[in-house]
This record gives sequence, C-alpha cells and structure tokens, in this order.
Amino acid sequence: MSDRYIARSSAIAARMLGGEMMIMSSVDSTFYTLNEVATVIWQAADGRTPLSEIVSALVSQFEVEPEVALRDAQQFVDDLSPHGILLVSDHPIADSSPRSAETA
Amino acid sequence: MSENHEIAVEIGGLPILLRTQDGSFRDMLADRYAGFVGSPSRPRFEFDVDLVAPSEPPQSESENDLRVELQNGTWRLQRGDFNAHWNPEAGRGRVRQSPNPYSIDSVLRIVHTLILAKEGGFLLHAASVVRNGRAFLFSGVSGAGKTTISRLAPPDVTLLTDEISYVRRASGVYRACGTPFAGELHRVGENCSAPLGALFFLTKASENRIDSIDPPQAMHLLLRNILFFAEDAELVKMLFGSACDFVENVPVRRLNFTPDSRVWELIQ
Repeated sequence: MSDRYIARSSAIAARMLGGEMMIMSSVDSTFYTLNEVATVIWQAADGRTPLSEIVSALVSQFEVEPEVALRDAQQFVDDLSPHGILLVSDHPIADSSPRSAETA
Repeated sequence: MSENHEIAVEIGGLPILLRTQDGSFRDMLADRYAGFVGSPSRPRFEFDVDLVAPSEPPQSESENDLRVELQNGTWRLQRGDFNAHWNPEAGRGRVRQSPNPYSIDSVLRIVHTLILAKEGGFLLHAASVVRNGRAFLFSGVSGAGKTTISRLAPPDVTLLTDEISYVRRASGVYRACGTPFAGELHRVGENCSAPLGALFFLTKASENRIDSIDPPQAMHLLLRNILFFAEDAELVKMLFGSACDFVENVPVRRLNFTPDSRVWELIQ
C-alpha cells in the first residue's frame, strides 16, 4: 500500500493554549481542540513526512502498539480532512492551500 | 436641495457620523443613543443614511439572512431590512433602510465588530459593569441570566450594558466600554470604560459560587458568544488570535448564581 502525506491547511488558525492545541477553520469558523496524540500528528503534518513515519513517532513517544497508533492517525485524518483543514495526498504536498491536494 | 441632519454616535471612543435628510429620523437617533452622542466635527467614519419606504416582509428566511462581505476594499452589508456599503479606507459609507432604529443599530454593531477585529477586540453577548474601578463581563446565551444579574446589581455598580459588551485592547490592556445596545432591561449603558477584571460565564444554580474554567473550555464558550458576521477568512483568523490572547490575559470563570443580590458579594 502506498504511503500518504498530510498537511495542515493554510485556511486555519491554530494556537497552543493551556497545553492543548486549538484549531479554527477560517472558512466556516468550526473550532476543534486536539488531544495530546492528535497534537503530535497535527504538528508533524508538514506535507513532506509520510503518515507511516508519523505513526512510528507515535509508537515511540506514547509507547503504544503500532496498530493502535495507525488507527489513531487514520481516525484523526478521517475526522479532519472532510472539513478541509487537513490535506491528504498520495504525494508530498508543497502548497497547503485547501485546493492543492485531494481532501480525502 | 434638502437639508442634511447629522449626528455622531460615539461608542468605544469611536465617533461615527450618521447623515440623513430626515430631521425626525435624526431626532429619533438622538433619543435612542442619548449619552453616546459625540461631536460631529471629528468623526472617524461617516455614513449617509438614505431612508426609503418600508418594504414588504421577506418572503423567505434566506431573504432575511445577513451577508457581510468584503469586495474590492468595500464592505457590503445586506439583510432584508437594510443594504449598506462601507469603505474603511475612504472613511465613508452609505446605508439604505426604512426609517426604523433597528436597522441602523445592526449596521453600527456590524461596523464595530469589523473595526474591533483588527484591533484585538470584539463585541460579546454579555452584560458588563464597572465596580471599584474594574470592569466585569457576564456572558451567556439568552436566558443565562445577563439581565437578571444586571437587575440585581447594587447601587455602587455602573452598568455598561445588559446585552452587548464592547471589549477593546489598547497597549496590551483590555477595557470594557459602555454601549447603547440594551437588552431586556431597556436601559442604555453608561458611556464610560474600565480595565477588565474578569469574564464570567453565567450558570443558574442553587448556590453562589465561582468555578475555574480551563483554557479550552474558556475558548469554546468565548467563541460561541462573540458577535461576528463577516465572511472573511483573514478576519476570522484575527478574531481567533484575539480570543486566544484574551483567554491568556483575562481571568475567565464560571459564575454559578441564585437570583438574589448576594451574588454580588463575589464580584469585587
């Protein structure tokens, strides 16, 4: 199975507050608070790091089984990408504007 | 040529000149905004108000929907009962509405939200008061108790508003300013301001108690109660940043209260 790449959309505002990552879509003003695992994925979503590499980082950082980390990462991507705030592609993503990649 | 009648409505220290050719409309505004009428000689922005005959009520919900969009440097404000445009660079705008106070009131609120968004402030669904030189905000949806807590305020408390609070940030200090935007109390606030002491989110309870709120919860509640109407991605980002800054700098608490005046013993 080919790897996937994820990137934070430029159409969002984000800030770490009280130890939690907060994100707001500037398109529809929806607001999200990320838990610790999701924050690590979010911060690693630079469009160049393969999702598999991000999952490996979760395994070592949170001492979880690879399948658990993979499930968490996929859930995160599935939750955020439909709203256009996380971009997903089969190829590295250079531009993080909402239309630059398939938003699975 | 018809005579112009002018009035400067000054909210948050920002005078906005309204110009109409209808003297009775001007007088109605003077009455509605009593206490917030400034000198018309130094307005920051000017609006010509064109009065038209009242139109038929909108046929559908969508006709009454508010739209606030920026097009080539000019804000377009549209709702069933008014049509307005405003160019901040030129400092001028025009409003087309029937001779009623509610449409111009809405236009003023929208214009202030746009101005404040660029300056780190916002309008908030909240009552606000000044006590002992500090301002306190009491926020919540309709029915949360904004009017009730305002009505229970002791004599040493100055009411800024029982409905729409005006929060400005200047030199890193947050201040709450009085507004003429009244709620169920039907009482215009005092035209004064004070540094912010705290923001309370109201919850009716069987005892009076202040609880802490963690920053994510504070953000959720704050964003839910900020008034903002523009469909503009950059301003939304600015507003998000302003809300984060606010939560980092101003104590945000939950105020559980019973509807009697003893709750004010907690607000000092």
